[in-house]
Amino acid sequence: MMRLPRFRYHAPRLLSEAAALLADLGPEAMPLAGGTDLLPNMKRRQQTPAHVVGLRGVEALSARSGDPARGLTLGAMTRLASLEQDGQVLAAWPALARAAGLVASPPLRNMATLGGNLCLDTRCTYYDQSEPWRASIGYCMKREGEVCWVAPGSERCWAVSSSDTAPVLCALGAEVTLTSKAGDRRIPAQALFADDGMQYLTRRPGEILSAIHLPPPRPGEKATYLKLRRRGSIDFPVLGVAARVKLGAGGAVEEAHLVLGAVGSRPQAAEEASKFLVGKRLGDAEVVAEASRLASQVAKPMQNTDFGLAWRKQAAREWVARALRELAG
Amino acid sequence: MGGSLVTLPAGARDKIRLAVTVNGEARDLLADPYKTLLEVLREDLGLTGTKHGCELGECGACAVLLDGELQLSCLVPAVECEGRQVTTVEGLKIGPELSPLQEAFADHGGSQCGYCTSGMLMAATWLLGRKPDPTRQEIQEALAGQLCRCTGYQQIYEAVESGARVLRGEKPLPPTLSTVVEGGGHG
Repeated sequence: MMRLPRFRYHAPRLLSEAAALLADLGPEAMPLAGGTDLLPNMKRRQQTPAHVVGLRGVEALSARSGDPARGLTLGAMTRLASLEQDGQVLAAWPALARAAGLVASPPLRNMATLGGNLCLDTRCTYYDQSEPWRASIGYCMKREGEVCWVAPGSERCWAVSSSDTAPVLCALGAEVTLTSKAGDRRIPAQALFADDGMQYLTRRPGEILSAIHLPPPRPGEKATYLKLRRRGSIDFPVLGVAARVKLGAGGAVEEAHLVLGAVGSRPQAAEEASKFLVGKRLGDAEVVAEASRLASQVAKPMQNTDFGLAWRKQAAREWVARALRELAG
Repeated sequence: MGGSLVTLPAGARDKIRLAVTVNGEARDLLADPYKTLLEVLREDLGLTGTKHGCELGECGACAVLLDGELQLSCLVPAVECEGRQVTTVEGLKIGPELSPLQEAFADHGGSQCGYCTSGMLMAATWLLGRKPDPTRQEIQEALAGQLCRCTGYQQIYEAVESGARVLRGEKPLPPTLSTVVEGGGHG
Protein backbone atom coordinates (compact mmCIF):
# COMPACT_ATOMS: atom_id res chain seq x y z
CA MET A 1 0.00 0.00 0.00
CA MET A 2 1.29 3.41 -0.98
CA ARG A 3 0.59 6.18 1.50
CA LEU A 4 1.24 9.84 0.91
CA PRO A 5 4.43 11.04 2.54
CA ARG A 6 4.06 13.50 5.43
CA PHE A 7 3.43 17.06 4.36
CA ARG A 8 1.96 20.20 5.80
CA TYR A 9 -1.15 21.43 4.03
CA HIS A 10 -1.87 25.11 3.55
CA ALA A 11 -5.26 26.44 2.48
CA PRO A 12 -5.00 30.00 1.18
CA ARG A 13 -8.17 31.84 0.12
CA LEU A 14 -6.59 34.55 -2.00
CA LEU A 15 -4.21 34.26 -4.93
CA SER A 16 -1.91 36.74 -3.22
CA GLU A 17 -1.83 34.51 -0.12
CA ALA A 18 -1.03 31.46 -2.22
CA ALA A 19 1.79 33.33 -3.97
CA ALA A 20 3.15 34.62 -0.68
CA LEU A 21 3.11 31.10 0.79
CA LEU A 22 5.01 29.68 -2.18
CA ALA A 23 7.54 32.50 -1.99
CA ASP A 24 8.03 32.16 1.75
CA LEU A 25 8.16 28.36 1.87
CA GLY A 26 10.58 28.12 -1.07
CA PRO A 27 11.42 24.95 -3.00
CA GLU A 28 10.00 22.70 -0.27
CA ALA A 29 6.49 23.78 -1.28
CA MET A 30 4.36 22.75 -4.25
CA PRO A 31 0.97 24.02 -5.38
CA LEU A 32 -1.83 21.43 -5.46
CA ALA A 33 -4.70 21.84 -7.92
CA GLY A 34 -6.84 18.81 -8.86
CA GLY A 35 -4.34 16.38 -7.34
CA THR A 36 -4.50 13.81 -10.15
CA ASP A 37 -0.84 14.28 -11.10
CA LEU A 38 0.91 15.45 -7.94
CA LEU A 39 -0.70 12.97 -5.52
CA PRO A 40 0.17 9.77 -7.45
CA ASN A 41 3.68 11.18 -7.85
CA MET A 42 3.87 11.82 -4.11
CA LYS A 43 2.71 8.27 -3.38
CA ARG A 44 5.50 6.99 -5.61
CA ARG A 45 7.93 9.43 -3.92
CA GLN A 46 8.71 11.10 -7.24
CA GLN A 47 7.84 14.35 -5.53
CA THR A 48 7.96 14.82 -1.77
CA PRO A 49 7.12 18.44 -0.95
CA ALA A 50 7.24 19.22 2.77
CA HIS A 51 4.54 21.83 2.15
CA VAL A 52 1.52 21.55 -0.10
CA VAL A 53 -0.30 24.75 -0.98
CA GLY A 54 -3.87 23.70 -1.78
CA LEU A 55 -5.43 25.94 -4.42
CA ARG A 56 -9.01 24.70 -4.24
CA GLY A 57 -10.10 27.46 -1.87
CA VAL A 58 -8.74 30.23 -4.10
CA GLU A 59 -11.85 31.42 -5.88
CA ALA A 60 -9.96 33.73 -8.24
CA LEU A 61 -8.48 30.64 -9.90
CA SER A 62 -11.93 29.54 -11.04
CA ALA A 63 -12.86 32.95 -12.44
CA ARG A 64 -13.78 33.43 -16.07
CA SER A 65 -14.10 36.52 -18.23
CA GLY A 66 -14.54 37.50 -21.85
CA ASP A 67 -16.34 35.69 -24.65
CA PRO A 68 -15.64 34.18 -28.09
CA ALA A 69 -15.73 37.60 -29.77
CA ARG A 70 -13.15 39.21 -27.48
CA GLY A 71 -11.30 36.14 -26.31
CA LEU A 72 -11.84 34.13 -23.17
CA THR A 73 -9.83 34.07 -19.96
CA LEU A 74 -10.17 30.90 -17.92
CA GLY A 75 -8.94 30.52 -14.36
CA ALA A 76 -6.31 27.79 -14.08
CA MET A 77 -8.54 25.75 -11.74
CA THR A 78 -11.19 25.32 -14.45
CA ARG A 79 -12.02 21.61 -14.38
CA LEU A 80 -11.42 19.63 -17.54
CA ALA A 81 -14.94 18.17 -17.28
CA SER A 82 -16.51 21.62 -17.35
CA LEU A 83 -14.30 22.62 -20.28
CA GLU A 84 -15.36 19.68 -22.44
CA GLN A 85 -19.03 20.63 -22.00
CA ASP A 86 -18.65 24.42 -22.10
CA GLY A 87 -20.94 25.92 -24.74
CA GLN A 88 -18.64 28.83 -25.59
CA VAL A 89 -15.54 26.68 -25.71
CA LEU A 90 -17.30 24.06 -27.83
CA ALA A 91 -18.43 26.73 -30.27
CA ALA A 92 -15.28 28.82 -30.57
CA TRP A 93 -12.42 26.50 -29.53
CA PRO A 94 -13.74 22.98 -30.19
CA ALA A 95 -10.20 21.57 -30.40
CA LEU A 96 -9.63 22.52 -26.76
CA ALA A 97 -12.95 21.03 -25.67
CA ARG A 98 -12.03 17.84 -27.51
CA ALA A 99 -8.56 17.66 -25.97
CA ALA A 100 -9.99 18.22 -22.48
CA GLY A 101 -12.55 15.47 -23.08
CA LEU A 102 -9.83 13.03 -24.16
CA VAL A 103 -7.81 13.35 -20.95
CA ALA A 104 -7.80 10.30 -18.67
CA SER A 105 -11.30 9.22 -17.55
CA PRO A 106 -14.57 10.85 -16.38
CA PRO A 107 -13.81 10.87 -12.62
CA LEU A 108 -10.30 12.19 -13.28
CA ARG A 109 -11.68 14.95 -15.51
CA ASN A 110 -14.06 15.93 -12.71
CA MET A 111 -11.00 16.51 -10.55
CA ALA A 112 -8.23 17.60 -12.91
CA THR A 113 -7.77 21.23 -13.92
CA LEU A 114 -6.64 23.01 -17.07
CA GLY A 115 -3.71 24.61 -15.27
CA GLY A 116 -2.73 21.25 -13.82
CA ASN A 117 -2.83 19.60 -17.22
CA LEU A 118 -0.50 22.28 -18.59
CA CYS A 119 1.91 21.80 -15.67
CA LEU A 120 1.66 17.99 -15.83
CA ASP A 121 4.94 16.39 -14.83
CA THR A 122 6.79 14.86 -17.77
CA ARG A 123 6.49 11.10 -17.96
CA CYS A 124 8.82 8.19 -18.62
CA THR A 125 8.85 4.39 -18.30
CA TYR A 126 11.80 4.65 -15.92
CA TYR A 127 10.30 7.44 -13.79
CA ASP A 128 6.57 6.70 -13.40
CA GLN A 129 7.17 3.70 -11.20
CA SER A 130 6.93 2.93 -7.52
CA GLU A 131 9.76 3.87 -5.22
CA PRO A 132 11.03 0.25 -4.82
CA TRP A 133 10.97 -0.23 -8.62
CA ARG A 134 13.03 2.91 -9.16
CA ALA A 135 15.35 1.97 -6.31
CA SER A 136 15.98 -1.39 -8.00
CA ILE A 137 17.49 0.32 -11.06
CA GLY A 138 19.41 2.88 -9.02
CA TYR A 139 16.84 5.58 -9.87
CA CYS A 140 17.25 7.95 -12.84
CA MET A 141 18.48 11.51 -13.22
CA LYS A 142 14.99 13.01 -12.99
CA ARG A 143 14.84 11.95 -9.36
CA GLU A 144 17.67 10.84 -7.09
CA GLY A 145 19.76 9.07 -9.77
CA GLU A 146 22.48 10.06 -12.20
CA VAL A 147 21.65 8.27 -15.41
CA CYS A 148 18.97 8.64 -18.06
CA TRP A 149 18.03 5.01 -18.71
CA VAL A 150 16.38 5.93 -21.99
CA ALA A 151 19.66 7.26 -23.37
CA PRO A 152 22.42 6.33 -20.90
CA GLY A 153 25.02 8.49 -22.64
CA SER A 154 22.77 11.52 -22.51
CA GLU A 155 23.37 14.52 -20.32
CA ARG A 156 19.71 15.46 -20.34
CA CYS A 157 16.46 13.83 -19.28
CA TRP A 158 14.11 12.70 -22.05
CA ALA A 159 10.87 12.40 -20.07
CA VAL A 160 7.86 13.15 -22.23
CA SER A 161 5.42 16.05 -22.19
CA SER A 162 2.14 14.14 -21.93
CA SER A 163 -0.46 16.89 -21.74
CA ASP A 164 -3.36 16.85 -24.18
CA THR A 165 -4.34 20.47 -23.73
CA ALA A 166 -0.81 21.91 -23.99
CA PRO A 167 -0.28 21.27 -27.73
CA VAL A 168 -3.76 22.64 -28.45
CA LEU A 169 -3.19 25.84 -26.50
CA CYS A 170 0.17 26.28 -28.25
CA ALA A 171 -1.44 25.77 -31.67
CA LEU A 172 -4.26 28.18 -30.80
CA GLY A 173 -1.77 30.90 -29.89
CA ALA A 174 -3.15 31.05 -26.35
CA GLU A 175 -1.36 32.84 -23.54
CA VAL A 176 -0.97 32.10 -19.85
CA THR A 177 -0.56 34.30 -16.80
CA LEU A 178 1.90 33.39 -14.07
CA THR A 179 1.32 35.06 -10.73
CA SER A 180 3.95 35.55 -8.06
CA LYS A 181 4.48 37.78 -5.06
CA ALA A 182 6.10 40.25 -7.50
CA GLY A 183 3.02 40.41 -9.74
CA ASP A 184 1.73 38.92 -12.99
CA ARG A 185 3.67 37.79 -16.04
CA ARG A 186 1.78 36.97 -19.25
CA ILE A 187 3.51 34.78 -21.85
CA PRO A 188 2.57 32.73 -24.93
CA ALA A 189 1.56 29.18 -23.98
CA GLN A 190 4.46 27.79 -26.03
CA ALA A 191 6.90 29.85 -23.93
CA LEU A 192 5.72 28.04 -20.78
CA PHE A 193 7.53 24.90 -21.94
CA ALA A 194 11.22 24.07 -22.07
CA ASP A 195 12.88 21.22 -23.95
CA ASP A 196 14.10 19.34 -20.91
CA GLY A 197 12.46 16.43 -19.11
CA MET A 198 13.42 17.78 -15.71
CA GLN A 199 13.09 21.56 -16.08
CA TYR A 200 10.12 21.25 -18.41
CA LEU A 201 8.40 24.49 -17.41
CA THR A 202 9.71 28.05 -17.51
CA ARG A 203 7.51 28.74 -14.48
CA ARG A 204 9.80 30.36 -11.93
CA PRO A 205 9.95 29.31 -8.29
CA GLY A 206 7.13 31.03 -6.45
CA GLU A 207 4.96 31.43 -9.54
CA ILE A 208 1.45 30.01 -9.87
CA LEU A 209 -0.05 29.41 -13.29
CA SER A 210 -3.19 31.45 -12.68
CA ALA A 211 -5.03 31.98 -15.97
CA ILE A 212 -5.26 30.85 -19.58
CA HIS A 213 -6.21 33.31 -22.31
CA LEU A 214 -7.83 32.05 -25.50
CA PRO A 215 -7.64 34.43 -28.46
CA PRO A 216 -10.89 34.99 -30.40
CA PRO A 217 -11.12 32.80 -33.49
CA ARG A 218 -10.92 34.75 -36.76
CA PRO A 219 -13.02 34.14 -39.87
CA GLY A 220 -11.76 31.16 -41.85
CA GLU A 221 -9.98 29.68 -38.86
CA LYS A 222 -10.31 26.01 -37.89
CA ALA A 223 -8.49 23.83 -35.42
CA THR A 224 -8.45 20.21 -34.33
CA TYR A 225 -6.75 17.77 -31.98
CA LEU A 226 -6.14 14.06 -32.46
CA LYS A 227 -4.89 11.76 -29.73
CA LEU A 228 -3.19 8.41 -30.13
CA ARG A 229 -3.12 5.92 -27.25
CA ARG A 230 -3.58 2.21 -26.71
CA ARG A 231 -7.01 2.32 -25.06
CA GLY A 232 -9.92 4.65 -25.70
CA SER A 233 -9.80 5.93 -22.13
CA ILE A 234 -7.46 6.56 -19.18
CA ASP A 235 -4.17 6.41 -21.13
CA PHE A 236 -1.84 9.34 -21.59
CA PRO A 237 -1.18 10.28 -25.21
CA VAL A 238 1.53 8.48 -27.14
CA LEU A 239 1.04 11.18 -29.73
CA GLY A 240 -1.09 14.31 -29.88
CA VAL A 241 -1.60 16.32 -33.04
CA ALA A 242 -2.90 19.86 -32.65
CA ALA A 243 -3.48 21.86 -35.81
CA ARG A 244 -4.92 25.29 -36.52
CA VAL A 245 -5.26 26.77 -40.00
CA LYS A 246 -6.69 29.99 -41.36
CA LEU A 247 -8.14 29.55 -44.80
CA GLY A 248 -8.52 32.47 -47.20
CA ALA A 249 -11.66 33.21 -49.20
CA GLY A 250 -10.35 31.08 -52.08
CA GLY A 251 -9.68 28.12 -49.81
CA ALA A 252 -5.88 28.43 -49.68
CA VAL A 253 -4.08 28.24 -46.34
CA GLU A 254 -3.13 31.70 -45.07
CA GLU A 255 -1.68 30.57 -41.76
CA ALA A 256 -0.95 27.18 -40.22
CA HIS A 257 0.16 26.08 -36.77
CA LEU A 258 0.99 22.43 -36.21
CA VAL A 259 2.08 21.28 -32.76
CA LEU A 260 2.84 17.69 -31.75
CA GLY A 261 2.39 16.41 -28.22
CA ALA A 262 4.00 13.42 -26.44
CA VAL A 263 6.96 13.17 -28.83
CA GLY A 264 9.38 15.30 -26.85
CA SER A 265 9.86 16.94 -23.48
CA ARG A 266 7.66 19.84 -24.55
CA PRO A 267 4.94 20.34 -27.16
CA GLN A 268 6.87 20.39 -30.45
CA ALA A 269 5.92 23.12 -32.92
CA ALA A 270 6.29 21.84 -36.49
CA GLU A 271 7.38 25.14 -37.94
CA GLU A 272 8.72 23.96 -41.27
CA ALA A 273 5.51 22.08 -42.04
CA SER A 274 3.43 25.05 -40.92
CA LYS A 275 5.34 27.40 -43.25
CA PHE A 276 5.13 24.93 -46.13
CA LEU A 277 1.34 24.89 -45.90
CA VAL A 278 0.93 28.64 -46.46
CA GLY A 279 -0.55 29.30 -49.89
CA LYS A 280 -1.39 25.60 -50.40
CA ARG A 281 -4.70 23.75 -50.41
CA LEU A 282 -5.52 21.10 -47.82
CA GLY A 283 -7.61 19.25 -50.40
CA ASP A 284 -4.42 18.44 -52.33
CA ALA A 285 -3.22 14.99 -51.26
CA GLU A 286 0.40 15.76 -52.19
CA VAL A 287 0.37 18.88 -50.03
CA VAL A 288 -0.94 16.86 -47.09
CA ALA A 289 1.66 14.15 -47.66
CA GLU A 290 4.55 16.61 -47.78
CA ALA A 291 3.31 18.60 -44.75
CA SER A 292 2.95 15.37 -42.78
CA ARG A 293 6.46 14.27 -43.73
CA LEU A 294 7.86 17.63 -42.61
CA ALA A 295 5.84 17.70 -39.40
CA SER A 296 6.82 14.18 -38.40
CA GLN A 297 10.48 15.25 -38.47
CA VAL A 298 9.99 17.19 -35.23
CA ALA A 299 8.66 14.05 -33.54
CA LYS A 300 11.54 12.66 -31.49
CA PRO A 301 10.01 9.63 -29.85
CA MET A 302 12.26 7.73 -27.46
CA GLN A 303 11.87 4.23 -26.05
CA ASN A 304 10.11 5.49 -22.94
CA THR A 305 6.37 5.31 -23.59
CA ASP A 306 3.89 2.74 -24.81
CA PHE A 307 4.36 1.23 -28.32
CA GLY A 308 7.52 0.72 -30.40
CA LEU A 309 9.66 3.55 -31.67
CA ALA A 310 9.54 2.95 -35.41
CA TRP A 311 5.78 2.59 -35.37
CA ARG A 312 5.32 5.79 -33.36
CA LYS A 313 7.40 7.72 -35.86
CA GLN A 314 5.31 6.31 -38.70
CA ALA A 315 2.13 7.04 -36.79
CA ALA A 316 3.14 10.70 -36.39
CA ARG A 317 3.15 11.12 -40.15
CA GLU A 318 -0.19 9.40 -40.62
CA TRP A 319 -1.88 11.27 -37.80
CA VAL A 320 -0.75 14.69 -39.02
CA ALA A 321 -2.27 13.76 -42.38
CA ARG A 322 -5.51 12.78 -40.68
CA ALA A 323 -5.64 16.09 -38.82
CA LEU A 324 -5.06 18.07 -42.01
CA ARG A 325 -7.69 16.06 -43.90
CA GLU A 326 -10.15 16.78 -41.10
CA LEU A 327 -9.46 20.51 -41.42
CA ALA A 328 -9.85 20.33 -45.22
CA GLY A 329 -13.29 18.74 -45.02
CA MET B 1 -4.54 33.95 9.46
CA GLY B 2 -4.89 33.68 5.72
CA GLY B 3 -7.58 31.08 5.50
CA SER B 4 -5.83 28.04 6.97
CA LEU B 5 -8.74 25.69 7.26
CA VAL B 6 -7.79 22.74 9.36
CA THR B 7 -4.02 22.78 9.56
CA LEU B 8 -2.39 21.81 12.80
CA PRO B 9 1.37 21.95 13.35
CA ALA B 10 3.18 19.32 11.30
CA GLY B 11 4.50 16.26 13.06
CA ALA B 12 4.10 12.52 12.98
CA ARG B 13 1.55 12.37 15.79
CA ASP B 14 -0.59 15.32 14.86
CA LYS B 15 -4.10 14.71 13.65
CA ILE B 16 -6.44 16.89 11.69
CA ARG B 17 -9.97 17.44 12.80
CA LEU B 18 -12.42 16.82 10.03
CA ALA B 19 -16.13 17.52 9.84
CA VAL B 20 -17.60 15.77 6.83
CA THR B 21 -21.03 14.47 5.87
CA VAL B 22 -20.89 10.83 4.83
CA ASN B 23 -24.00 9.21 3.38
CA GLY B 24 -26.12 11.96 4.88
CA GLU B 25 -24.66 11.58 8.35
CA ALA B 26 -22.51 14.32 9.91
CA ARG B 27 -19.19 12.86 11.02
CA ASP B 28 -16.57 14.59 13.12
CA LEU B 29 -13.24 12.85 13.43
CA LEU B 30 -9.53 13.11 13.98
CA ALA B 31 -7.43 11.72 11.18
CA ASP B 32 -3.79 11.53 10.16
CA PRO B 33 -3.08 14.57 7.98
CA TYR B 34 -1.44 12.58 5.20
CA LYS B 35 -4.47 10.36 4.65
CA THR B 36 -6.58 10.33 1.53
CA LEU B 37 -10.35 10.33 1.66
CA LEU B 38 -10.20 6.62 0.77
CA GLU B 39 -8.03 5.85 3.77
CA VAL B 40 -10.26 7.84 6.11
CA LEU B 41 -13.39 6.12 4.81
CA ARG B 42 -11.94 2.64 5.20
CA GLU B 43 -9.70 2.99 8.23
CA ASP B 44 -11.31 5.69 10.36
CA LEU B 45 -14.98 5.29 9.47
CA GLY B 46 -15.01 1.53 8.80
CA LEU B 47 -16.70 2.01 5.43
CA THR B 48 -14.90 -0.71 3.50
CA GLY B 49 -17.34 -0.84 0.60
CA THR B 50 -15.12 1.67 -1.20
CA LYS B 51 -12.24 -0.37 -2.58
CA HIS B 52 -8.53 0.20 -2.49
CA GLY B 53 -7.28 -0.61 -5.98
CA CYS B 54 -4.35 0.91 -7.84
CA GLU B 55 -4.05 3.90 -5.48
CA LEU B 56 -3.00 6.03 -8.46
CA GLY B 57 -6.23 7.03 -10.17
CA GLU B 58 -6.05 4.41 -12.90
CA CYS B 59 -8.64 1.81 -11.88
CA GLY B 60 -11.71 3.60 -10.48
CA ALA B 61 -12.32 1.11 -7.66
CA CYS B 62 -12.30 3.90 -5.06
CA ALA B 63 -14.86 6.15 -6.81
CA VAL B 64 -17.27 8.05 -4.57
CA LEU B 65 -19.55 11.03 -5.05
CA LEU B 66 -17.98 14.13 -3.56
CA ASP B 67 -20.46 17.01 -3.46
CA GLY B 68 -22.39 14.99 -6.03
CA GLU B 69 -19.49 14.63 -8.49
CA LEU B 70 -17.85 11.32 -9.33
CA GLN B 71 -14.32 11.49 -7.92
CA LEU B 72 -11.55 9.08 -7.01
CA SER B 73 -11.15 9.01 -3.24
CA CYS B 74 -7.56 7.71 -3.47
CA LEU B 75 -6.52 11.07 -4.93
CA VAL B 76 -8.43 13.38 -2.59
CA PRO B 77 -6.53 14.52 0.48
CA ALA B 78 -8.87 14.10 3.44
CA VAL B 79 -7.90 17.59 4.57
CA GLU B 80 -9.69 18.93 1.46
CA CYS B 81 -12.99 17.28 2.45
CA GLU B 82 -13.82 19.58 5.35
CA GLY B 83 -17.48 20.53 5.18
CA ARG B 84 -18.19 18.46 2.08
CA GLN B 85 -20.71 15.74 1.26
CA VAL B 86 -19.49 12.23 0.50
CA THR B 87 -21.63 9.39 -0.82
CA THR B 88 -20.16 5.90 -0.82
CA VAL B 89 -21.61 2.60 -1.98
CA GLU B 90 -22.97 2.08 1.56
CA GLY B 91 -25.12 5.16 1.00
CA LEU B 92 -26.92 3.80 -2.06
CA LYS B 93 -29.34 1.47 -0.28
CA ILE B 94 -32.85 2.67 0.36
CA GLY B 95 -33.72 1.76 3.93
CA PRO B 96 -32.83 -1.92 4.28
CA GLU B 97 -33.32 -2.53 0.52
CA LEU B 98 -30.82 -2.47 -2.31
CA SER B 99 -31.22 0.42 -4.73
CA PRO B 100 -32.73 -0.50 -8.13
CA LEU B 101 -29.26 -0.16 -9.63
CA GLN B 102 -27.71 -2.50 -7.07
CA GLU B 103 -30.52 -4.97 -7.65
CA ALA B 104 -29.96 -4.80 -11.39
CA PHE B 105 -26.24 -5.52 -10.93
CA ALA B 106 -27.17 -8.63 -8.94
CA ASP B 107 -29.85 -9.79 -11.38
CA HIS B 108 -27.74 -9.26 -14.50
CA GLY B 109 -24.50 -10.73 -13.19
CA GLY B 110 -22.92 -7.29 -13.26
CA SER B 111 -20.53 -8.37 -10.57
CA GLN B 112 -18.12 -11.30 -10.65
CA CYS B 113 -15.24 -10.96 -8.20
CA GLY B 114 -16.89 -7.77 -6.96
CA TYR B 115 -13.83 -5.61 -6.56
CA CYS B 116 -14.82 -3.03 -9.18
CA THR B 117 -18.51 -3.15 -8.31
CA SER B 118 -18.62 -0.27 -5.82
CA GLY B 119 -16.88 2.03 -8.28
CA MET B 120 -19.12 0.84 -11.11
CA LEU B 121 -22.20 1.53 -8.99
CA MET B 122 -20.99 5.00 -8.06
CA ALA B 123 -20.18 5.88 -11.67
CA ALA B 124 -23.54 4.55 -12.83
CA THR B 125 -25.35 6.43 -10.06
CA TRP B 126 -23.58 9.62 -11.09
CA LEU B 127 -24.51 9.06 -14.73
CA LEU B 128 -28.19 8.33 -14.04
CA GLY B 129 -28.43 11.36 -11.78
CA ARG B 130 -27.55 13.55 -14.76
CA LYS B 131 -29.01 11.45 -17.55
CA PRO B 132 -31.88 9.14 -16.56
CA ASP B 133 -32.16 7.58 -20.04
CA PRO B 134 -28.61 7.12 -21.31
CA THR B 135 -27.68 5.35 -24.55
CA ARG B 136 -25.33 2.36 -24.47
CA GLN B 137 -22.56 4.64 -25.74
CA GLU B 138 -23.16 7.14 -22.94
CA ILE B 139 -23.03 4.34 -20.38
CA GLN B 140 -19.76 3.09 -21.85
CA GLU B 141 -18.29 6.58 -21.73
CA ALA B 142 -19.45 7.24 -18.17
CA LEU B 143 -17.91 3.96 -16.99
CA ALA B 144 -14.71 4.44 -19.00
CA GLY B 145 -12.70 5.17 -15.86
CA GLN B 146 -13.76 1.97 -14.09
CA LEU B 147 -11.72 -1.15 -14.78
CA CYS B 148 -13.22 -4.63 -14.49
CA ARG B 149 -10.63 -7.37 -14.77
CA CYS B 150 -13.17 -10.21 -14.85
CA THR B 151 -14.13 -8.92 -18.33
CA GLY B 152 -17.71 -8.47 -17.32
CA TYR B 153 -18.51 -5.17 -19.02
CA GLN B 154 -21.39 -6.53 -21.10
CA GLN B 155 -23.41 -7.53 -18.05
CA ILE B 156 -22.49 -4.29 -16.31
CA TYR B 157 -23.84 -2.20 -19.19
CA GLU B 158 -27.02 -4.28 -19.22
CA ALA B 159 -27.38 -3.85 -15.48
CA VAL B 160 -27.12 -0.07 -15.81
CA GLU B 161 -29.72 -0.09 -18.60
CA SER B 162 -32.06 -2.24 -16.56
CA GLY B 163 -31.56 -0.22 -13.38
CA ALA B 164 -32.21 2.98 -15.31
CA ARG B 165 -35.51 1.56 -16.54
CA VAL B 166 -36.63 0.72 -13.03
CA LEU B 167 -35.64 4.19 -11.82
CA ARG B 168 -37.77 5.67 -14.61
CA GLY B 169 -40.73 3.56 -13.47
CA GLU B 170 -40.41 0.99 -16.28
CA LYS B 171 -40.01 -2.77 -16.11
CA PRO B 172 -36.50 -4.19 -15.68
CA LEU B 173 -34.81 -5.92 -18.60
CA PRO B 174 -34.62 -9.71 -18.46
CA PRO B 175 -31.03 -10.92 -17.99
CA THR B 176 -29.52 -12.08 -21.29
CA LEU B 177 -27.20 -14.56 -19.60
CA SER B 178 -28.29 -16.98 -16.97
CA THR B 179 -26.49 -15.94 -13.83
CA VAL B 180 -27.17 -19.23 -12.09
CA VAL B 181 -25.67 -22.31 -13.65
CA GLU B 182 -27.96 -25.28 -13.03
CA GLY B 183 -26.14 -28.09 -11.35
CA GLY B 184 -23.46 -25.83 -10.06
CA GLY B 185 -20.87 -26.59 -12.78
CA HIS B 186 -19.04 -24.18 -14.99
CA GLY B 187 -20.86 -24.04 -18.31
